[in-house]
Amino acid sequence: MTSLPARLVLENGMVFHGAAIGAQGVVSTGELVFNTAMTGYQEVITDPSYCGQIVTFTYPHIGNYGVNERDVESGRIQAAGIVVHELSRTVSNWRSNTSLQSYLEEGGIGGIEGVDTRQLVRVLRSQGSMRCVIVHSSEATDEELVAHARSVPSMTGLDLTSRVTTDTVYRADVENQEWGYGDAATAAKRFRVVAVDFGIKRNILRRLAAHGCDVTVVPAGATAQDILSLQPDGVFLSNGPGDPAAVTQGIATTKDLLGQLPLFGICLGHQILALAVGATTYKLVFGHRGANHPVRNMRTGAIEITSQNHGFAVDASTLPDGVEVTHVNLNDGTCAGIAIPDKTAFGVQYHPEASPGPHDSDYLFREFVAMMEHVGAA
Amino acid sequence: MPRRTDLQCILVIGSGPIVIGQACEFDYSGTQACKVLREEGYRVVLINSNPATIMTDPDVAHATYIEPITPEFIEKIIEKERPDAILPTMGGQVALNAAVALHDRGILAKYGVRLIGSSIESIHKAEDREQFLAAMQRIGMDMPRGGFVTSESDGLAIVEETGFPVIIRPSFTMGGTGGGIAYNVEEYRTMLRSGLVASPIGRVLVEESVIGWKEFELEVMRDRADNVVIVCSIENVDPMGVHTGDSITVAPAQTLTDREYQRMRDAALAIIREIGVETGGSNIQFALNPANGRMIVIEMNPRVSRSSALASKATGFPIAKIAAKLAVGYTLDEILNDITKKTPACFEPSIDYVVVKVPRWDFEKFRESDTSLGVQMKSVGEAMSFGRTFKEALQKALRSLEQGRYGFGFDKAELCVLGTPPDTELAPLRQRLRTHTSTSIFDLFDALRYRLTTEEIHRLSKYDPWFIEQCREIVELGLAVIERARQAGKDALESIDGPTMRRLKSYGFSDQQLALMTGTSELRVRTRRTTLGVIPVYKTVDTCAAEFESETPYHYSTYGAENESVPSTNRKVIILGSGPNRIGQGIEFDYCCVQGVFALRNLGYEAIMVNCNPETVSTDYDTTNRLYFEPLTFEDVMNIVDHERPDGVVVTFGGQTPLKLAQRLADAGVPLIGTSPEGIDLAEDRKRFGELLDRLGIPCPPWGTALAEDEAVDIANRIGYPVLVRPSYVLGGRAMQICYREESLRSYMANALAQDPTRAVLIDHFLENAVEYDVDAVSDGVTTVIGGIMQHIEEAGVHSGDSSCVLPPYNTADRHIATMIDYTERMAKAINVVGLLNIQYAIQHDTVYVLEVNPRASRTVPFVSKATGTKLAHVATQVMTGTALADIDVEPFRLDMNRVAIKESVFPFTKFPRVNVFLGPEMRSTGEVMGMDSTFGRAIVKSHISAGNGLPARGSVFISLSTHDKTDRAAGIARGYADLGFTILATGGTASFLRDHNVTAQPVLKHYEGRPSIIDQIANGEVHIVINTPLGENARYDEFIMGQTALKHKVPFFTTLAAAEASLQGIIAIREQQFSATSLQDHYAVRNGH
Repeated sequence: MTSLPARLVLENGMVFHGAAIGAQGVVSTGELVFNTAMTGYQEVITDPSYCGQIVTFTYPHIGNYGVNERDVESGRIQAAGIVVHELSRTVSNWRSNTSLQSYLEEGGIGGIEGVDTRQLVRVLRSQGSMRCVIVHSSEATDEELVAHARSVPSMTGLDLTSRVTTDTVYRADVENQEWGYGDAATAAKRFRVVAVDFGIKRNILRRLAAHGCDVTVVPAGATAQDILSLQPDGVFLSNGPGDPAAVTQGIATTKDLLGQLPLFGICLGHQILALAVGATTYKLVFGHRGANHPVRNMRTGAIEITSQNHGFAVDASTLPDGVEVTHVNLNDGTCAGIAIPDKTAFGVQYHPEASPGPHDSDYLFREFVAMMEHVGAA
Repeated sequence: MPRRTDLQCILVIGSGPIVIGQACEFDYSGTQACKVLREEGYRVVLINSNPATIMTDPDVAHATYIEPITPEFIEKIIEKERPDAILPTMGGQVALNAAVALHDRGILAKYGVRLIGSSIESIHKAEDREQFLAAMQRIGMDMPRGGFVTSESDGLAIVEETGFPVIIRPSFTMGGTGGGIAYNVEEYRTMLRSGLVASPIGRVLVEESVIGWKEFELEVMRDRADNVVIVCSIENVDPMGVHTGDSITVAPAQTLTDREYQRMRDAALAIIREIGVETGGSNIQFALNPANGRMIVIEMNPRVSRSSALASKATGFPIAKIAAKLAVGYTLDEILNDITKKTPACFEPSIDYVVVKVPRWDFEKFRESDTSLGVQMKSVGEAMSFGRTFKEALQKALRSLEQGRYGFGFDKAELCVLGTPPDTELAPLRQRLRTHTSTSIFDLFDALRYRLTTEEIHRLSKYDPWFIEQCREIVELGLAVIERARQAGKDALESIDGPTMRRLKSYGFSDQQLALMTGTSELRVRTRRTTLGVIPVYKTVDTCAAEFESETPYHYSTYGAENESVPSTNRKVIILGSGPNRIGQGIEFDYCCVQGVFALRNLGYEAIMVNCNPETVSTDYDTTNRLYFEPLTFEDVMNIVDHERPDGVVVTFGGQTPLKLAQRLADAGVPLIGTSPEGIDLAEDRKRFGELLDRLGIPCPPWGTALAEDEAVDIANRIGYPVLVRPSYVLGGRAMQICYREESLRSYMANALAQDPTRAVLIDHFLENAVEYDVDAVSDGVTTVIGGIMQHIEEAGVHSGDSSCVLPPYNTADRHIATMIDYTERMAKAINVVGLLNIQYAIQHDTVYVLEVNPRASRTVPFVSKATGTKLAHVATQVMTGTALADIDVEPFRLDMNRVAIKESVFPFTKFPRVNVFLGPEMRSTGEVMGMDSTFGRAIVKSHISAGNGLPARGSVFISLSTHDKTDRAAGIARGYADLGFTILATGGTASFLRDHNVTAQPVLKHYEGRPSIIDQIANGEVHIVINTPLGENARYDEFIMGQTALKHKVPFFTTLAAAEASLQGIIAIREQQFSATSLQDHYAVRNGH
């Protein structure tokens, strides 16, 4: 296969040359981030939290095991583009249906390969996540492309949840339990949970179901009234893309729900929970994206190896009294989890649903269920 | 949790001699452990019988015992040192077995010593297959069908369930000794029997075959707070059925989706928790059915392993070091990641490169052996490589092997031609693809060159399609370049433009391959490449895929855009390492390199190491100031030299590997330090060396060189038979032979010339019945200091690397010693040796002859250094960087050193069941042990025990003498055994000879004379020592069988009178029962006080 020459141009003026991958001729723009997980590219690119972002994979061979129908976190590719060192043309896995190249083509998503991705990561790590553009033609000059990159909207202040949330209220019909794990892989449905979809990953729905939750998904714009009318035992605040501070409706809804019933937030949902109690969030230099981040559970002292994907974080110093920091990221000391015990609400910055990543934190779903159990019994 | 304060003194158990399946990796892990424990303020006591290790350097532990690793000797050490705890997880299977034995004998309880790092319970659970199976069932793991058998009849019953092929694994053996795959009942019966014998408890596991499945391994660590992390995943390129040690492996896993990987990770966590490894590392192997993803657990090692050394080097996460810290009570989150120095060690490394490990086999040393690969490990070493793609890493790893291959094919003229193969080649190729052998990877190259489909290759070889296709990309690019080069004709090299050159290099092609592909020289390729601006960059191994900053200078080359290794402006010296272990070149040279590094750092130099052996201490980034994990080829070394611009490069510590490069490096203007290439050549070029000896008036056996059969015969007639023949420039005595007659000389010559008609054959008169000596010395060209003089126990004719030797010499006239010292000094001066020097001498008929001079580190340097306490390589480094010997405080060797050190070699014969066990001029040992004590007898007993051939105190001795050994000396030896109460057994001729010399011998039947024969008696345990001196070149069939039988039943087997005689003294010492364990530090203290 002879591919078109491609360029990746950053807002700081750096130009990387490589070859086009994915849908040929597509222009991709977005915030350039990197992910250090060595497996799970399919889950990553279909994760709605990557909406508006171009993902650099640090592992140099991507696409080795192809793409299958099941390991998806949403119905389509969500990332705006990908940057890899080498895209594997060969696919080898018994579950694979197609190659990553074909999957990208079908999704109309472009990207670039043949880039010194390690160099790129070193740039992003020191200068921070950047806006960028990938083109598959030599028409535009580098200068024009730098200008193009700088015209991409900044992530800060951007509410992207409307782009990825569901239009309708639906009851999660969860398939794919043969990959279940943990002690609650096939629990009977005992609790009604409403999940607010800010860009929810499918594995969250699978894990909630595995722990005995009957889940109804509502759009990001749902009000507390909308939610309470469904008479849930608990509410789940999902992950999602963009700046949490810009998700004003979600924050307002959460404020209204706090204290009324158990709340559990993951990632953006966790940030929304923190914002709802008056804390602030801030943008990290280059974020946390990978499957190897150590987090300490401050209550037990135990370490979890976690899956992470966030560009913003909760400023722990702004948390009001009554909010406990339950988890801390050991790499940089950032807030990784909070709990508001007297309002039966908690959230974690990382991804206990994994996918991709380790299953160490699956117990959080159990804790959510226990919380609903406890409240129900009271 | 902070470190434990209830412990003051910790005993670390090493792994003993290097054997197949247990090599330098335990020197690496043990050294790290000792360093860590010492830094933590514990008193560290170490036992290891292997003197060639860095860990037995007296500076590593507080008390270093080079003693047999047996419960008896360990008890003596415990009694003396009173350790609070034993760390048994750093010394491989040897150390674990020792710990179990200490427990079983109640020694741990008696002295109140605890095990740290692992418990007896978890060792049993992991190692006892029955308990392991039960444990796996408890946590719901899928296992292969099958079960345990302790008898042949049980075995035949169980195979009804599993079907064929079936896997046989003897319990409690290391490296799969005695195991195998049986495809039919007949084969099955044979393997079952040998497995039952090999297992110390006489039990064998018979399991459903998962041959052809994919194989994976996870390296897991757990702390006492129950935090668990996976350090690394490894995927085998070779399918199940090939021992992991014999497989090409890749890190990280390449073909698992995240779900599959996490399922494996969940299983690993559950397993380490169930087995109960509380603090430390383990590796767990899995097999995956490629058709449906069924995953089964194969096994688990509750200790650091060869794989953990590999994983440590591959990720930068030092497993042994962290395991040692966990063992004394730290938790993972309390330990900082060494490399980032900011983030905790409680994380899982993410790597942004591909690591490939390729095993190295030395089958040519064991010509009769079967080169097919199975569940029993046969490789003797390995090379590892980094690349940004699998293609690059594979090609670099293959050229790192130094077996005349420069990458994945395209490295011989006949592999650089285009066109379709004749059908006659395809059928055998298909056959070869079906059987895994040491050259399978090159069969894959042929298959791709001949464009067999991936489906077919996969069907035949079971290589995963992903690996096949990656390799195909290499081959297709190669073929395209050859095609273009052919069209370009004379300008073939110029047909490679910049982008193509960059692409080729990023696919791992070496300059040497490109030279063959374009019909030019390597140097011209290098010039063209650098002119095109295609030079490598050096990336950093940082555990975190560049997410965090790291200062650790641990680098590998690739052809990317950004270089991260910024050379300093300090004074610096590069030491070239010794590459993969092989017979004749192993840990001894790594010891010398590491000593060199230590010395350079002391002297204020920046020490830069280049090596590609993942097992070693030298490739620990902690050892050096800067580590380049790179192949040791001219191209790769020159790239580093061009990049670093060092003040000096050392080629004389790493054995033949760097030495081979010396001349080319010097020609390229590289500042070599130490003895000049001119001096090296003077010593190695027989003609020039012969002239030098003539000039100095130093005798050597008459010799000649021949390029033709008749010429060889003429020389032999002139110098007299027997003759020792060998190709020029060899290490480890490759292809060396003693010819007693013209016919055998002719057949040797015909064979040698067929292999390489351009290489002259060296012919030396062989000094029969001579006694050999090794002298190690250091010289600065003016002054020479003798480091040690060793006398070989076996007569001349046994390779010096295989022979046992004694330091100081034990029955040598003072005047001969003086002559050897005089010759050494004169030759050192004449060759202008700057650094280390090794000379082999032989004494025959009262004359001292020089056999060979090696102006470089020798295999005996660590032995001499441990025996005498003088660190020769350290002193040599000082000399090589310009200090005069006169200005260095170094104690010369003294004969009256009031102790005797004996080196004994260890052989891999149990791994190669059809191989001749008689020693000869070709080296075949894999490792060595040292026995040291106040008398010769006691030292030899220790060395025998350490080598696994413990001497009996009483019993029967079988003696069979060759005609020419029927001497008074032989009779005296027999009488000696008889006087000690041994029953003498002998076959016809020898029995009557002994009777003539008044030694009573009971006659026994030879193998072909009827039964019960001597073979039956050995097998029945009725013979306790075998003395069998073979005649001439080929052992007779019955002698061969006898050797095999003795080996199998672990009966001491002596093939020379000298060895039988020496052991006699050992048996006397055993009777006296006065053994003690003495640390090196105590030995040296006595000497200093002397």
